[in-house]
Amino acid sequence: MTSVIETKDLNLWYGKHHALMDINIDIPEKQITALIGPSGCGKSTFLRTLNRMNDLIEDVKIDGKVLLKGEDINSMDVNVLRSRVGMVFQKANPFPMSVYDNIAYGPRILGIHKKKELDKIVETSLKQAAIWDECKGRLRTSALGMSGGQQQRLCIARTLAVKPEVLLLDESTSALDPVSTSKIEDLLLELKKKYTIIMVTHNMQQAARIADKTAFFLLGELIEYDDTEKIFSHPSDRRTEDYITGRFG
Amino acid sequence: MDAAGTADLIITAKEKISVKRRVKGAVLRGLMYFAAALTTVLLAAIIGYIFYRGVPYVTWNLLSTKPSLLDDNVGILPNILNTLYIIVIALVFALPIGIGTAVYLNEYATNKKLVRIIELATETLSGIPSIIYGLAGMLIFVQALNFGTSILAGALTLAVMTLPIIIRTTQEALKTVPDSYREGALALGSGRWHMVRTVVLPCAMDGIVTGIILSIGRIVGESAALLYTAGMANEILNPVKAVTPGNPGATLTVSLYMYAKERGQFNVAFAIAVILLLITFVINVSAKAAARKLRK
Repeated sequence: MTSVIETKDLNLWYGKHHALMDINIDIPEKQITALIGPSGCGKSTFLRTLNRMNDLIEDVKIDGKVLLKGEDINSMDVNVLRSRVGMVFQKANPFPMSVYDNIAYGPRILGIHKKKELDKIVETSLKQAAIWDECKGRLRTSALGMSGGQQQRLCIARTLAVKPEVLLLDESTSALDPVSTSKIEDLLLELKKKYTIIMVTHNMQQAARIADKTAFFLLGELIEYDDTEKIFSHPSDRRTEDYITGRFG
Repeated sequence: MDAAGTADLIITAKEKISVKRRVKGAVLRGLMYFAAALTTVLLAAIIGYIFYRGVPYVTWNLLSTKPSLLDDNVGILPNILNTLYIIVIALVFALPIGIGTAVYLNEYATNKKLVRIIELATETLSGIPSIIYGLAGMLIFVQALNFGTSILAGALTLAVMTLPIIIRTTQEALKTVPDSYREGALALGSGRWHMVRTVVLPCAMDGIVTGIILSIGRIVGESAALLYTAGMANEILNPVKAVTPGNPGATLTVSLYMYAKERGQFNVAFAIAVILLLITFVINVSAKAAARKLRK
């Protein structure tokens, strides 16, 4: 299996706090990889290094390599990197503009301004995110009027509009009700046919339900990384077992 | 005490406290209504009195001519024009610099110490009495840069004076824009300036416009700083002359001061006050309308 993202001895410090320690991981293409672990274990931090969102935080020092299809992400243009590695956040964050303008935001950055082309991108992105039927009649109204679950799927559509190779989800269903969550899970299973998906989740059932691979983080270390089935049935590390059986965390 | 006794005790305590709270609430609400009513009445009284005294003297002749001692004519057209010139010129300089500074401080600057020093400086500047700006403006624009007593020197002085207001209000407005919008834009591959222009500034537009309105208010209301810098001339200037050094001119506020204080013509002063109120009102309404347009 080809790997899309590879990290080599990745270390990260927030000031003096050593938040990620020697992370070595190969993320396979067109699969869902779940990152689990207790709060503060570094899984979100790890996710945010993959599209260099940690660059925005002061006092962060990163050491080691992250390769996107063999290419060092630190030698890439950061804006290009982020259009190749898209991110959906914990809280849905549609811009206070119309549904259409939200989706067209990314393509416009890339210099696509023709109405016909944008119309097409908006439609396909919304369809891919399974939200076209719900908002085709209200493309010109504010995105802020939608429900939380719809907003989150809109944000997924917005990310898909720039055709990323990798989709990062940072606890993107944790603020949603079970129905909206299951809609997004179905959507992710559909999307993995085309995209590589890496998701941070606090919900272990969710990881077990949809992830192909699962990585368990603890105190900044990658403890175990394997097929989801293996992690949840025969974890090889005691700490993984303690965590997934709910003995701590 | 047995269980029933404790329950009774608590029930009576609840009743007591609920009566107390209701009385307290009613008194406080009354006080707030009173404060609000007092403010409204005071404001309405001032506006009403100005209109009552001023409106009868607002004539077409007053609005459309310049004053002449020879013909014994009183006209404030030059002053109306000068006021508009000074507003426009001052904002042309103050807005880009002020908004630019605020955007830099809030969106780009990484040196927290420097930001705090600049913030302290702008706060201090906004508290300085305007007559000191007038003095500095006279030394810098009128004399050192040799603009002479002129509309241009006055407008530049007021631009400097309004900078702190524009910077502070814009900064506050930028701070209200949620970081999640910034993250969202950057995560889509937007550059920093593109993010600021397409997401942050439109979101902050209301606050920025409030800052502009406050600035215009200060410019229209300013007289002390202009006495030294823009002078007291009452000639009609065309826009080109207004931006050329060496052409002095009194604004409405300065002329109001002249008519009321130096010449004792209170009727003219009240008529000018009416015009000032109307100009401020029109500017506020149009600034808000412009903001609504810009946000779309």
